[in-house]
Amino acid sequence: MARHVVATVGEIPPGGKKVVNPAGREICVYNVNGEHYALINRCPHEGAALSYGHVLGCFESKRPGEYQLTRKGEMLRCPWHGWEFDIKTGQSWCHPESVKARTYKVEVVPGELLAKGPFVAETVQVKIDGEYVVVEV
Amino acid sequence: MSTTVQEPAVQTSDEAILGFVDCDVHPYTKTPADLDAFLPERWRKLRHSIGNRSRSSFVGAPNYPRMSPGVGMRMDSWPKDGGHPGSDLAMMREQLLDAFAVSYGMMMPLLGRGGDERNVEFGAALCSAANDWEAQVWCDNEPRLKAAIQITTEYTEAAIKEIEKRAGDRRFTHVMIPPRGLEPLGRRRYWPILEACAANGFPIALHLGGTSGHPSTGGGWPSFYHEEHPSYPQSKEALVTSLVTEGVFEHLPNLRVALVEGGFAWLPSLSWRLDKHYQRLREEVPHLKMLPSEYIRRNIWVTTQPIEEPEHPEDLITTCEWIGWDRIMFSTDYPHWDQDDPRYAFKVKVPEKEKRMLYRENALSFYNLEA
Amino acid sequence: MTIPAPGAIDCDIHPALPGTHVLLPYLDEYWRAHVRMRGLERDNYNAAAFPVNAPINARPDWKPPRGNAGCDFDTLRTQALDGFGTKFAICNVLHGAQAIFSEDLSAAFCRAINDWVAKEWLDRDPRLRASIVVPMHSPELAAREIERCAADQRFVQVLVWEMQEIPLGRRQHWPIYRVAEQLDLPIGIHAGSSYRHPPTNLGWPSYYLEDYISWSTGFAGVLNSLISEGVFVEFPRLKVVLMESGVTWLPAWMWRANKTWRGVRAEVPWLEKSPAEYAREHVRVTSQPFDAPPNAAMLRKIIEEIDCEDMLMFSTDYPHWHFDGNDALPDGLPEHLLKKILVDNALKTYPRLTS
Repeated sequence: MARHVVATVGEIPPGGKKVVNPAGREICVYNVNGEHYALINRCPHEGAALSYGHVLGCFESKRPGEYQLTRKGEMLRCPWHGWEFDIKTGQSWCHPESVKARTYKVEVVPGELLAKGPFVAETVQVKIDGEYVVVEV
Repeated sequence: MSTTVQEPAVQTSDEAILGFVDCDVHPYTKTPADLDAFLPERWRKLRHSIGNRSRSSFVGAPNYPRMSPGVGMRMDSWPKDGGHPGSDLAMMREQLLDAFAVSYGMMMPLLGRGGDERNVEFGAALCSAANDWEAQVWCDNEPRLKAAIQITTEYTEAAIKEIEKRAGDRRFTHVMIPPRGLEPLGRRRYWPILEACAANGFPIALHLGGTSGHPSTGGGWPSFYHEEHPSYPQSKEALVTSLVTEGVFEHLPNLRVALVEGGFAWLPSLSWRLDKHYQRLREEVPHLKMLPSEYIRRNIWVTTQPIEEPEHPEDLITTCEWIGWDRIMFSTDYPHWDQDDPRYAFKVKVPEKEKRMLYRENALSFYNLEA
Repeated sequence: MTIPAPGAIDCDIHPALPGTHVLLPYLDEYWRAHVRMRGLERDNYNAAAFPVNAPINARPDWKPPRGNAGCDFDTLRTQALDGFGTKFAICNVLHGAQAIFSEDLSAAFCRAINDWVAKEWLDRDPRLRASIVVPMHSPELAAREIERCAADQRFVQVLVWEMQEIPLGRRQHWPIYRVAEQLDLPIGIHAGSSYRHPPTNLGWPSYYLEDYISWSTGFAGVLNSLISEGVFVEFPRLKVVLMESGVTWLPAWMWRANKTWRGVRAEVPWLEKSPAEYAREHVRVTSQPFDAPPNAAMLRKIIEEIDCEDMLMFSTDYPHWHFDGNDALPDGLPEHLLKKILVDNALKTYPRLTS
């Protein structure tokens, strides 16, 4: 396990995402209403790059003919077969217990803390006064 | 699904699928106008005035709206410089042909809509234009792609002419008929067309689709795409039933038929049902000399996409054994949303010999392709 | 195989009307006059989906001395009830009344058929039960007829055809399902079409053999409709029974319906379970015609894939001809399922059999 600096906080605004490659792993970091989450960028079903999918919300219903959009910005729909995943947990909507997209620990770390190490920053230049998205891989 | 799946398990090694034959690839035009160059002036004008008229509700969209943009395209297939998924050869190479060193991609163009056109002369012209477009825009630039001969079954003479015109042109390997026509394909009035396919050595690829005007189910029009999408297998079952019971394969024992984009797990049960009820009703169809299942085993091939997903993945192997591994051919359906990735489609280990048959050998022989 | 022990519940037998004229005494004064005025009692409104003399619909040794198969009470009692040692048998009258375009005329004939069944069949043998025939294209009249007949506990389900004007899940039908659920009546969906549309989406087939094959694909469409529209979400206690539908198509249907659901469920967000799970909970299937595979091992595989011990229910489909002698079940059914198939599943599905 190592901590990888993958982006500045400003690069991924709320509702935004960034595909990063720490330790040769393609991971997508999402900003959901100000909080960051990281998912492997491969659907557990047939391997599609999840980052191409819509992030809209959860399409739900209490009974036939009634519709509600909940959990806006928290659900990801696979760009191929439409499987839906909870960005926060990686759990699939249809099979939450058995089908999950792998998640990674993400945190926002001030540059001055990062300066104490250890961390890996391959593509992001770290400055003491900046804030950074760090993924543990 | 009892175990937790976090990433797709690689069930099929790269070596086994490299060089596979993809039995369902969809090329598209960059803009609808691309087809104009191949249409005689009369039809070009008509296309821009009255336009296509099929037997469905909308002009530019299917009866059942899909669940992703572009009438159901995989969302990573939109070319960066614009245009429709499947319209950019470089991207198709990157995502499909080169990515898997595909030996041959069997094209199934869903454009022009000549087969659905109510004005059959216009329909025949659209088919012919789409065929020229396939050959010149795609095959000539990428010889691994093989062209379908599109025809309209409602204009027999033009259909036969088109088949004969393409015979001998190695760019064309199969005749493509949208199965939801005005009548089931096995009926006598279509036999001259089927005879022309057999006489010219073309197998027939029956890709789901067509706008017959008949509801998707025998009990009327469903409300949702959630019903339309799983109705495709039922359409295929009716197709097999028609071709077999009408005696098409008794009349044309060498005709080879591939069912494309209908899945396949339903085929064993259909065979058993046909055999059972045939025993009881055989006096109605005395022209059949074998059991329905025997015609199916001899004359029908299936393609894999959209791959069946049994609750226990190993059940898929049983299903394939019941059908016969020599009759199953892999297809991706690129670039549609429900396309299959050849590496991950099978969630269970396919034995080595069968894998070679399924990904390559069956299709080479079915389509008369050079190995 | 033959039934291992007496006492089975036969979920699908077909008493037949000798002719439309027998309904005259059961029509009310107005409709009797109406029918006489038009001479309808002389016409044959047998369902086109079931030609009465087609070999598949009339087993040769089950034809009565006079009239069509299923017409004669004594013959049916001897063959269908005594012959199989049946404890209960559910009468499903397949008649064109349900397909008559006029809602009111259709309802009048349906009422007459229900009263005819009660008087001419149920009253004559305590083992007989019946389904209520209804004008499905008129939900209001259908619901009213269900309520009327339900007072008689011998009516144990509602009978509809699989292929009608609009798919069975559509909300127009829901008044029927509402009253059926309240009254503990399953919806018995029988093979057949009123031919408002071609039985396949490719158009009209040439042969009856093709129509007969289409009954199974039609049922797949029925399940897609009932589940997608949310019928089992809205009516969580409702059961449907697919009759004369075949059996072995179910696994492939489940796999495909589940696959579509995983990708497309956002269109029908009220579904909280996979289609296969809804089917296992709410759908029952009668056993004849059993479209069995060539050997017992394959059949056991299919049963394993269906993975629901409650789903299959015994039927002879009398007088239709799917087997000879008393060979009413295919070989290879697991031993432990037999009692469920023959008795228990029907008792659970039809609460009125035990009330």
